[in-house]
Amino acid sequence: MKLLRIVPDNTKFGFMRFRRVSFPFSALASIVAVVAFLALGMNVGIDFKGGTVVELQSKAERADIARIRATAGTLDLGDVEVQEFGGPRDVLLRIGLQPGGDRAQAEVVARLRQVFAADYEFRKVEVVGPRVSQELVQNGTIGVLLAILVILVYLWFRYEWQFAVGAVIATMHDLVLTVGFYALTQLQFDQTSIAAILTIIGYSLNDTVVVYDRVRELLRKYKKLPMSDLLDLAMNSTLTRTVITAVTTILALIVLAIFGGEVIRGFCLAMLFGVLIGTYSSIFIAAPILIYLGVKVGDGVGVAQPAKA
Amino acid sequence: MFRQSTFKTVLIALTLFLGVYAILPTLLGLERIRQATAFLPAFLVPKGAIKLGLDLQGGVHVMLEVDRAGLARDLVRQLQEDVRRVLRAERVAPTGGIVAQARGVSLRIADAAGRARILPKLQELAVPVTSAVLGNTGQRSLEVVDMGDGLIQLAITDAELNERIRRAVDQSIEIFRKRIDPEGVKEPAIQRQGLDRIVVQVPGARDSKEITDVLQPGKLEFRMVAEPGANPAEIETLQNVDEGGGTVAVERRVLVHGEDLTSAEPGFDQRSGEPIVNFRFNVRGAQAFAKATTENVGKPFAIILDNKVISAPRIITPITQGQGQISGRFTVERANQLAVLLRSGALPASFTLVEERTVGAGLGADSIAAASLASGVSAVVIAAFTVATYGVLGLIALAALLANLILIFAAMALIGSTLTLPGIAGIVLTMAMAVDSNVLIYERIREEQAAGRSAISALDTGFTRALATILDANITTFLAGAILYLVGTGPVRGFAVTLCIGIITTIFTAFTLTRIIVAAWYRWFRPKVVPI
Repeated sequence: MKLLRIVPDNTKFGFMRFRRVSFPFSALASIVAVVAFLALGMNVGIDFKGGTVVELQSKAERADIARIRATAGTLDLGDVEVQEFGGPRDVLLRIGLQPGGDRAQAEVVARLRQVFAADYEFRKVEVVGPRVSQELVQNGTIGVLLAILVILVYLWFRYEWQFAVGAVIATMHDLVLTVGFYALTQLQFDQTSIAAILTIIGYSLNDTVVVYDRVRELLRKYKKLPMSDLLDLAMNSTLTRTVITAVTTILALIVLAIFGGEVIRGFCLAMLFGVLIGTYSSIFIAAPILIYLGVKVGDGVGVAQPAKA
Repeated sequence: MFRQSTFKTVLIALTLFLGVYAILPTLLGLERIRQATAFLPAFLVPKGAIKLGLDLQGGVHVMLEVDRAGLARDLVRQLQEDVRRVLRAERVAPTGGIVAQARGVSLRIADAAGRARILPKLQELAVPVTSAVLGNTGQRSLEVVDMGDGLIQLAITDAELNERIRRAVDQSIEIFRKRIDPEGVKEPAIQRQGLDRIVVQVPGARDSKEITDVLQPGKLEFRMVAEPGANPAEIETLQNVDEGGGTVAVERRVLVHGEDLTSAEPGFDQRSGEPIVNFRFNVRGAQAFAKATTENVGKPFAIILDNKVISAPRIITPITQGQGQISGRFTVERANQLAVLLRSGALPASFTLVEERTVGAGLGADSIAAASLASGVSAVVIAAFTVATYGVLGLIALAALLANLILIFAAMALIGSTLTLPGIAGIVLTMAMAVDSNVLIYERIREEQAAGRSAISALDTGFTRALATILDANITTFLAGAILYLVGTGPVRGFAVTLCIGIITTIFTAFTLTRIIVAAWYRWFRPKVVPI
């Protein structure tokens, strides 16, 4: 049987030369991401800003959005956003945080039910009070920072410090670009997005660690090779794996995004973006940065021995 | 040598067998498996099935928070009473009364001798705070401070308030359970969250109102309607929700409390056919009610629920049998609800809804359909890609993947975790990343073979070298997942759980199963070159 070869055997691609392109590119992309975040902001969901989201499904053939908008306007709920969601029968209503604390939010749904329950099925109701949303913001932020810190400590413990710093720089790069992705696409940013970001961090580090493991191994093996040649060798010998894994994951995510339903689509899109840049950053950021962080050929001698055959 | 001990093989086979056994209840229904395994010793009967999250089966999730300020007000009121009792016993009168504040009371006693006598007595009111969780906290319930100038301040400490909140939440959880699920069939999940919150999840419920309606305090009181010309200090005006509406002035003094009810059942009034609640008092309640109704024939009394008058009937004859009925233009449903409310007793605190997430059964079913389709398609895609890339070794990888899947579901069944939509996404993602461990192994074998090793030597070194990398790479993702579990809530936690379990089972299968199958395959075919 002829097997599929995504990456030809004995590929010798000069990855390290690309750092003259990839570093400025990443720097630029990061700036764009930060500017987009500051200028456009994120489409923050009710998880983080509080408020009410209701998904309605018309009992008739199609939902009358104009009428829903008009009816909702009479309820004195402030700005009510009404949009089609999925099919022609489905409508999503977003209602901002009501003044008057937690109790006032609970009232919103009761009033919506009064006017819409006759013609629409309430498919989903979410109400997040002002304090809960604040806590979710806090937890999300703590989670992302804690993840980076814990992983830094782990890598520091497992490798030389240069590797830990390199991995964290690459991770921050992925984090910034993902945030930029959310700002540019205006995908809703909610609790699931925190899950996406943490998974992206996990995936990107997974990739980086595989590459670093090989670098460390080669450092021990070749004492005379120039650093950039050594890194190239490491990249090329792990390239097939990097590509195959990325392709499998991307395939799975595309399928999930297409068939998995509206609820997890945003998550899958963010993950797709994350897997792409995570793979990119492992090869073009995390590895070449080792040159600048002062890892020298022969350093491998002092490195802790991994579990060996 | 690329050999596997028989012992290890048996152990893995056993693990997989147990894995399949553990997911049987999920696949075939828990009850059926329980019956079929009833003859086995208890520890061998499968404990549980994987539950579907509310986002998949539909239901109501609400988070409630204790009204802290309200509870503090209750404590202050009680403290006022305690202080009044002490003052009365010592025959000391404060200037300007006992002033209630947000978190304590203050009183002014101008007379120095009286103050000296009263202070140690007030100090006695401050008792050590003992907590069911922390034991003796070393803190006292009150801080009694002589502010000088005759002013004494008593402040309720944080330790005391927190302990009261903790107890109120514990009691309320029990009461909620009785109220939401009086027949014990709905399987609601009612849990404390943090110090002052309760999460209530009811699968299958359609409207959070079904839940929030029964979460009102349920404080029932019988009092007399105030007579004209009564002392204004002894009456208060309450909202009247009975026919006529408006407000009713009632006495502050409570004739009988809701705690003195022994039963409350819904029924119908014999004459009007209107839904009512029949109740029965205990001995203390019956005596108090008999005395009050005997003394007040012809006058109206008020039945008050949560500080609202639900009816104010006139006493026609003394009620001495200790039973009666509450009418208040109820619907049948409301009468049922009220009976449950009264039976379960009053809540020790009031609660505010701070979060609600309700998913209709229709959306849940749609999500299950979408998730099944997506999982199926991605399984086919991953399988095709793996076999196309690695041929027979790809098939072995798929076998490992299947085993991996079984173990993930088995672990979830054993720890009783919940499968959510993000959780399914987590499993699909894990599948993709589990392929990665096989890719790492196979690529390493390919490299070792290209470097001139024999087939068996390439296999052996390939496995050994790749495993170190697999471990390193997965630990980082595991750490990210663990943190997500700590900070996440609801469905996101479901994702974190499946991700973390998936990593453990992935490492396990990569270290054991893949290796054993590859070894068996090698012994069987003895290939000169690994076809990779």
